[in-house]
Amino acid sequence: MSRSLEVQFLNMILKNPIIMASGTFGFGREYAEIYDIEKLGGLVSKGLTMNPRKGNPGIRVWETASGMMNSIGLENPGIDAFIQKELPFMKSLNLKHIINISGSSLEEYIQACEKISNENVDMIELNISCPNIKDGGIPFGIKQSTTRKVVKETRKVVKVPLMVKLSPDAENLLKIAHVCEEEGADAVSLVNTFKSFAIDIENKVKVFENTYAGLSGPCIKPIALRMVHEVSKSIQIPVMGIGGIMTYQDVLEYLMAGARAVQIGTANFINPKVGEMIIHDLEKYISNQPIENISEIIGIVD
Amino acid sequence: MAIISFNQPLKNDFFLLKISGKYKADMGQFFMIRKDSQSMFLNRPMSVYDIKKDGIIFLYQVVGKGTSVLASCKKGDEISIYGPYGHGFPLNVKGSIALVGGGTGIAPLFYALKQLRKNKKLKFIHVYLGLQKKNEFESNFNDYTDSLIVHYGGFITDYIQYEKYNVIFSCGPLKMLEKIDRQAKNHGIEHYVSLEGRMACGIGACLACAIQTKNGNKHICKDGPVFKGEEIFYYE
Repeated sequence: MSRSLEVQFLNMILKNPIIMASGTFGFGREYAEIYDIEKLGGLVSKGLTMNPRKGNPGIRVWETASGMMNSIGLENPGIDAFIQKELPFMKSLNLKHIINISGSSLEEYIQACEKISNENVDMIELNISCPNIKDGGIPFGIKQSTTRKVVKETRKVVKVPLMVKLSPDAENLLKIAHVCEEEGADAVSLVNTFKSFAIDIENKVKVFENTYAGLSGPCIKPIALRMVHEVSKSIQIPVMGIGGIMTYQDVLEYLMAGARAVQIGTANFINPKVGEMIIHDLEKYISNQPIENISEIIGIVD
Repeated sequence: MAIISFNQPLKNDFFLLKISGKYKADMGQFFMIRKDSQSMFLNRPMSVYDIKKDGIIFLYQVVGKGTSVLASCKKGDEISIYGPYGHGFPLNVKGSIALVGGGTGIAPLFYALKQLRKNKKLKFIHVYLGLQKKNEFESNFNDYTDSLIVHYGGFITDYIQYEKYNVIFSCGPLKMLEKIDRQAKNHGIEHYVSLEGRMACGIGACLACAIQTKNGNKHICKDGPVFKGEEIFYYE
């Protein structure tokens, strides 16, 4: 295989900049039955919490124009069961594994991060932006003060690279990104889903029991791309771009906007082999370009 | 991408959709189908109605946005299809069996019936169909069943002669499945239900189709869509 797609993200060499986003790829097992997922640059685990969670009741997904809304509510087996049953599989794969951690209290974040960091994983993605758990009121990533607290405290216990996943609903995204950088985050990924609303007009009720849900898919891409552009221009640490990527052209836009790698989420539901398809298309693209390596286009657009 | 060989309208907003190609599936498994369109972003799970040498057939009813888009498809159109997914009905059943379908829940039972015909351990197979109105596809069942009972409106569950059966496969509205399950328990019948769920991926990644069962959270797409009735309908 040619090395023209190889990119460096922090200390990691990725085969290509394509990483599967949290909550859309499980722990890799389901997709591994469908294609050779070791072609991917990496994958992010389903969001994990200290204790197991059953997730939200009621309707959990809703289709919308060029996108979908979800209110899964972080259904997951909990850190201990994950470490025992799923992590060995993720580690056995020849790709970078990133573990996504969530919590509803500061203590929960710290505990979970410490446990996972001790497993010597490739990277932790700190999810401070899930709109679907309400236990702690608003997500940590909306305000600077709570972002500062959670990044500062988890940084103390995390020995592996720490990436913070930002919310597009943040009060001031650029300031939040700066806070992450100041408090020692190694990277940021953005964006998580947008807080959104749907109404069942026939029954005159809200669709989701949790009222609001997270919007994803190509409908958010231009906004997410703008955010990635702004953030990557204003901080020094690397940015992983996320939001509505369906094709290799979308990947190129994110890279040109300044992302050093990208995550693909919702597209996995539409075409389970989308990762393979995009990597193939990127290889074809670069073979027709006057460049040696895909990194050459990163941040090329002002 | 695959090509549609026909998309035949039947009575009461039902359609038979045939997609060309070579396909294999266990009875009760499903495929994820999508026609590229502004108003159809997610794939739709559809259980197998029939498999022919040159294609696969789905029976569906127009109930919302997605199925409306499917209904507008024409012969020769391209369509996405992924699968087969999920765990279907058990092959290794004995004695006498009834297949009970309500509405679009009838779809997986035709393929199941044809597969069960190969099972020589079965004494007889009876089919019960509950529909709002008479439909063209009913007669297809006649070629493979020992007895076909169709009822229009009301509850098909009132017509089942439970004492005759060792096994029941059912698919339809939850209320119908629950009624059957109560009777199945009373009569010591092995009961398998095929469930429908709102889902995005169909393979166990999105976790949208979670359902509470006797054995904890399960996902209709991956753990099902076929479950033992007692796993779904339990009383604490």
